[in-house]
Amino acid sequence: MSVEFFLFLLVAAVAVFAALGLLLSRNAIYAAMFLILNMASVAVIYLLLNAPFIAAVQVAVYAGAIMVLFVFVIMLLGAEKLNPADTKPALKWQRPLSIVLGMALFLLLGAVILTRLGGAAAAKMIDTSPLAIGKALFTTYLLPFEVVSVLLLAAVVGAVVLTKKS
Amino acid sequence: MTSIEPVILLSAVLFTIGAVGVLTRRNALMIFMSVELMLNAANLAFVAFAQQWGNLDGQLFVFFVMAVAAAEVAVGLALIVAIFRTKHSTDVDELSQLRG
Repeated sequence: MSVEFFLFLLVAAVAVFAALGLLLSRNAIYAAMFLILNMASVAVIYLLLNAPFIAAVQVAVYAGAIMVLFVFVIMLLGAEKLNPADTKPALKWQRPLSIVLGMALFLLLGAVILTRLGGAAAAKMIDTSPLAIGKALFTTYLLPFEVVSVLLLAAVVGAVVLTKKS
Repeated sequence: MTSIEPVILLSAVLFTIGAVGVLTRRNALMIFMSVELMLNAANLAFVAFAQQWGNLDGQLFVFFVMAVAAAEVAVGLALIVAIFRTKHSTDVDELSQLRG
């Protein structure tokens, strides 16, 4: 077992623990903190997968910007203490059914992964530096890049209009 | 990492936990965070496959997914705030009528 694989197992355990914490947490702020831990550990896995730029973006955009927005809204609404009714679903069979469906989804995914994914392709090392990603972004992917900028502008305007007091 | 199978399995585990979160929680904020967890799992699979096939396109797609997720979070949280103003609750079960 290589050092890299040992590190992967360690970080994967942290990621799964944080995801379960998010699932079972009774407090929205704790849930947000668990999600940040999960995103940070996934960023470490990106580093192991030879994706340093994506790892940096993951920390800056996801764990930074998006989760700050989440924590800000949770505190703004004072919704950190989840309503006790949140733990008691209106439909009695909702929770067991969702767990059964979740297990079914996982079994399906696991079966596909274990049967169809065998025979790893020859992993050739590619240049994944920010320079190479930037070059691809501004040549091959120039149009989607500009469309995303328009989308972000539309989202900002939409958020302002939605929260404006009329 | 030479084999990506463990990474894809981790991605499946995270995706399943996110899906169960969406199905069980009734607080809109918790559902939203579970959706983010599912997006994260999909991104992980993208990066793993990009590594396996020696192709940069997977990583670029993750970049675009993150940008769209940021836009989605901004609009979604604005919606939750607007709903909270009228309903004084973030419980999705109370949103049972179209009329505000």
